[in-house]
Amino acid sequence: MPLPTGPVIGIMLDNLRKRDSVFPISRRKAVKWAKDLAIPVGGETVLYTGSMYQLLPYMIAAVNRMGKLENTFLAKMVGMGRFFNRMINVSNIMFRPRGSDHKRFGSIIRDIARLLQQAGVKFGYLYKEELYAGALAYDLGADDTFIAHARRVHSLLKKHGVRSLITIDPHTTNMLRSVYPTVLPDFDLEVKSYIEVLAARENLRPRNKVEGPIVIHDSCVYARYEEVIEEPRRLLERAGYTVVEPRDNRKLTHCCGGPIESLFPSMAHQIGVKRVEQFKKVNGNRVATMCPICMATLQQATGGALEINDISSYLARAFCEPGGNGKPASAKDNRSGL
Amino acid sequence: MALVNPSFLQEVKASKEFNATACMNCGVCSAVCPLEIDLLPRKLFRYVLLGLEDKVLENTPVIYQCLLCKMCEANCTADVNIAENIRFLRSYIGRKLYKL
Ligand code: SF4
Ligand code: SF4
Repeated sequence: MPLPTGPVIGIMLDNLRKRDSVFPISRRKAVKWAKDLAIPVGGETVLYTGSMYQLLPYMIAAVNRMGKLENTFLAKMVGMGRFFNRMINVSNIMFRPRGSDHKRFGSIIRDIARLLQQAGVKFGYLYKEELYAGALAYDLGADDTFIAHARRVHSLLKKHGVRSLITIDPHTTNMLRSVYPTVLPDFDLEVKSYIEVLAARENLRPRNKVEGPIVIHDSCVYARYEEVIEEPRRLLERAGYTVVEPRDNRKLTHCCGGPIESLFPSMAHQIGVKRVEQFKKVNGNRVATMCPICMATLQQATGGALEINDISSYLARAFCEPGGNGKPASAKDNRSGL
Repeated sequence: MALVNPSFLQEVKASKEFNATACMNCGVCSAVCPLEIDLLPRKLFRYVLLGLEDKVLENTPVIYQCLLCKMCEANCTADVNIAENIRFLRSYIGRKLYKL
């Protein structure tokens, strides 16, 4: 039998209400990527990760576990799981992420921060205080839970005197830029994706030679909700790559299937496979994604046939020193804010 | 037999989010949907506009399967806010069926 929708949603929303995140994540692990990057605490402009990349190792563990339950008699037990999860943190015991996943998703955020430093952007970070933006609650139509959570995020940003946010994934960008102002009338922060910030910084020039085709996978949310379409292409080309377009692209991009992964794992996988078939029909075996959900879903769907990486990994190879902290050579390049 | 539920209909009419009256039932949305769900969104929205709550609830799994990817919306010539309509239905089902 399929997973019971109500209890699965219930577990995630209970977690958000009680533990500030749909999957309770270790805050210590969530900030580990920032080690030795000398990013100040807070400030007028902050890099807001929204914990999406940090959540992925937990989502992968949950999907693996839930995928095994799907179509078995055990699916019925999920309802009981919700009951116990309210009192003890069942999801923490059930969904144990792999250390290697923490590492690879952490290194993506690190690359993003290094790219921004390389471009001379000044920004802070809220470290362990940072909160998830609530995209899943919003998508599930849990409006009361979402609005209560959005208020908590807004209070946190006000407490730190934050005026502008640099986001790193499409879902957090969409929540903070387009959805929060509709539910919180006094939410007036400037929100830009790091891709937009970097594309506007012409001083960011390649330090290392990179070349060859990169197939681009537009995220539905960036392309259709936030109109972030040209910027990633400009950045890849500036880096030295040749951008290759799959059949469905830009505003008409094909979803990766990821948004329904936690409720309908097999169906999500099938959509991912369909998208991968489109990549295989064009020239190039390297694919760039811009969202952690797209990356994880498509990596699983490709089964190793293609190299699917976050766009920041390709960009860091060109624009940052290998393994370096990405700080600009000249302090003259340093301009504050966005 | 399908039953009209007046309170459901009232909630739909009072909602600022649900807009499907402009739908021409052209079927473009179903043709481009990566899930190839025939029901979504056009047939489902008919049920909603007619107040057929039981038909809507019967299709709960499909309502949660939607990716909110907006491929349908990008192709809809009637500017129906399809993804927002789905979210409205989830919100209704969440309260009514799952007591979230
Ligand atoms: S594409 Fe728009 S107008 Fe056509 S059936 Fe779908 S919602 Fe209705
Ligand atoms: S938003 Fe939902 S109905 Fe529309 S194309 Fe995507 S999956 Fe299909």
